[in-house]
Amino acid sequence: MEDDEGGAMAEEAIVANGGEEEERRSSKAMVSSEQIDVEAYAALYTGHTKVIRLFFIADHCGNEAVQVEALRMAYDEIKKTENTQLHREVVQKIGGRLRPEYGLDQAWVDAIEHRFQLKKDKLENELSGYKTNLIKESIRMGFNDFGDFYYAHGHLGEAFKSYVRTRDYCTSSKHIIQMCLNVILVSIEMGQFMHVSNYVGKAEQTPEVQDPIIVAKLRCALGLAHLEAKHYKLAARKFLDTNPELGNNYTEVIAPQDVATYGGLCALACFDRTELKNKVIDNINFRNFLELVPEIRELIHDFYASRYASCLEYLENLKPNLLLDIHLHDHVETLYDQIRHKAIIQYTHPFISVDLHTMASAFKTTVAGLQKELEALITDNQIQARIDSHNKILYARHADQRNTTFQRVLQNGSEFEREVHAMLLRANLIKHEYTNRASKKL
Amino acid sequence: MDSVESLITHIQGLSGCPEDVSHLHSLLKQEEDSLQSQGSRLGSFLHLLDPSKHSLGYLYFLEAHTSGSVVKEEASGFLNIVANFINACSAEQIQVAPDKFVSICKRFKEQVMQLQVPIQGIAPLLVAIRKLQPSPEHLTALHPDFLLLCLLAKCYKAGLSILDDDISEIDQPKDFFLYCYYGGMIYIGLKRFHKALEFLRHATTSPMPAIHAVAVEAYKKYILVSLIQNGQLPNFPKYTSSAAQRYLKLYSQPYVDLASSYGTGKISELQSCFNSNVEKFKNDNNVGLVKQVLSSLYKRNIQRLTQTYLTLSLQDIANTVELEDAKQAEMHVLQMIQDGEIFATINQKDGMVSFHEDPEQYKTCEMIQHLDSSIARIMGISKKLKAVEESIACDPSYVTKAGRERTRLDFDDFDSVPQKFLV
Repeated sequence: MEDDEGGAMAEEAIVANGGEEEERRSSKAMVSSEQIDVEAYAALYTGHTKVIRLFFIADHCGNEAVQVEALRMAYDEIKKTENTQLHREVVQKIGGRLRPEYGLDQAWVDAIEHRFQLKKDKLENELSGYKTNLIKESIRMGFNDFGDFYYAHGHLGEAFKSYVRTRDYCTSSKHIIQMCLNVILVSIEMGQFMHVSNYVGKAEQTPEVQDPIIVAKLRCALGLAHLEAKHYKLAARKFLDTNPELGNNYTEVIAPQDVATYGGLCALACFDRTELKNKVIDNINFRNFLELVPEIRELIHDFYASRYASCLEYLENLKPNLLLDIHLHDHVETLYDQIRHKAIIQYTHPFISVDLHTMASAFKTTVAGLQKELEALITDNQIQARIDSHNKILYARHADQRNTTFQRVLQNGSEFEREVHAMLLRANLIKHEYTNRASKKL
Repeated sequence: MDSVESLITHIQGLSGCPEDVSHLHSLLKQEEDSLQSQGSRLGSFLHLLDPSKHSLGYLYFLEAHTSGSVVKEEASGFLNIVANFINACSAEQIQVAPDKFVSICKRFKEQVMQLQVPIQGIAPLLVAIRKLQPSPEHLTALHPDFLLLCLLAKCYKAGLSILDDDISEIDQPKDFFLYCYYGGMIYIGLKRFHKALEFLRHATTSPMPAIHAVAVEAYKKYILVSLIQNGQLPNFPKYTSSAAQRYLKLYSQPYVDLASSYGTGKISELQSCFNSNVEKFKNDNNVGLVKQVLSSLYKRNIQRLTQTYLTLSLQDIANTVELEDAKQAEMHVLQMIQDGEIFATINQKDGMVSFHEDPEQYKTCEMIQHLDSSIARIMGISKKLKAVEESIACDPSYVTKAGRERTRLDFDDFDSVPQKFLV
């Protein structure tokens, strides 16, 4: 029992997205989620990520009914795994709001924990047996089984260690790939995306990586890692390169709808027009993903066609659901800001003068607000323009090359003079110090 | 008695041509001690010597005479004598014994400061410097004293003639640092912040084996002037000594704080930082400069507005820059237009300010002349740099050192150093 307690404490620290779950729970973004259909959403995923996502929705949506619904589904799902810690958690969260059969099932918990001990002893014995026999393949499988076992019970740290240990005993590229995929799965759940990048790299370096599904899985995992690290451009590229055979083969991590959403939003926030056209709109592979999430497809097309009002409207509608997504919710604000700024910059680019009233109605905002946004962008040097605040017009301003060249030349000249002069002075001082020292020595 | 009179005859006789002068010089050096001991009596003999013809002898006598402390009644007489001498003496003769001359001038300066009439010392010292310098590019020990007197007397323009010379030869590092510090202060007084920055930068970034008080004070002023001129904290170039980099910021913490609150661009923050540190600024006598930093923040904010707006109402300017009302904003903008810091027109009917581009087109004759002279100056400096580099390359100690290191390098190096230089 003590061993289990110790294990439980360790897993508290490691489990669920790197231990930041606590902070995320405290900063509850109360989101109205009339639109989210918990059942349909959860049906997209399997395995541990389903439970994690349901927990996240329960914590962050403001709606009691949805919360209870999510927790109920989580309970059912947890019963299918062997994770007693999560069971205790979900019961605590439900807090008796559901029918009594959704209470703490102590008998089940005890049975699981008993089986855990038995199985663990058995596996250990087997493993020590294999080690004395020194048969590489059986040792590898022994560690692998250990990893699976720990993972099913939610001891992610142990699972990670066991999977990593199989590395020394891998003999074929298939083994290596299996090992990498396992490690990636555990790392994503733990929220340690550094390992994800490492192991994707290792897997991709393995020769004979042929299976398109595996390639697609690896790309998605890497895309997620980049997304977490806020490298939105790289994330977009990875998601866009995922081939459609991924299908529903990686639902324990990511659903194809997510590939479309993440890829589409990151691309919109980071790519310029040509890249957007080539890599997203004309990308046949990605089109399969986009079909699954028609809103994203529509909003990308609207942006490209400069229908900013409707594009921003789609974004606003999607926002509540995106805030409930475990990977995306930190980045929604940043991505949205970037998309909005790009829209404004693109709008003003072709014109010499723009009437702020028309622009404000195109972006569905007030003239004062728009003026503030433009001021920030101009100060940041993203738009080359000046605002005529009296008549509320934005004038494009192109720096006079000739004048700036003259200015720069004069400035460089005077700096050069100053620097050389200072250099000569310093040389003189150093020479003096040197002669002083030399004369002292003599 | 005799020795003195015989000396006087020697002086009168041997002050003709340079060889005689050097002979005289060695004589005087021999008799130096006896002169010192009879110092007080020598005053009566001074009238026998003519300062312009017998400068060297006069110099020795005067120096021995004044080596004791000067009594108050004689003080003004002393000043007159020395001033006379300086104006009349011949440059070649005193350059034979420069340190005596320097010590006389220093005593002169101390007297002037004691009597609190620094303005009397300015003209004589200026003449003294010109006579002592072998060329206008030399820095003498008198430079910092002269600048100090100018500062105390608030005659900044007098110092300009000395400051405008570009110094290349330095005798004593200590003189140099003081010179840069005082020079920087004079330029600040004249509000030529560009030049002040240059001088203060010399004072803080020149090689110094250990940090000293002049560098610390100079750094404090350097931060303030840099804020006024550039709006940001100055960073240390690579050649700054490591001692300076480590310790200068440590000793000027309130100024660094001021710089960081300046960086936020908000007047209120800057004001509160100023209020909290006002005691320390008073102790360093920098309060006036800090007030100038405060007003420069307003200017900088208004200048930033010219980059974003073509026209802006006075009320909006007042709001953005945290001024009290449109009237104050109008006054600020008016002042800046007059100073030539921004280009704008104020429309009082609408309460609007229109900002214009810099009308400088770089097409006028003056601009071409300016460019031309700049090119000539830069070519001159490049030549000087090349000359210095060549002289160092031929310097035996450098060649020895380079030769030593060369043997460690590639054997196939064709630039072989002559054998005698290889240690």
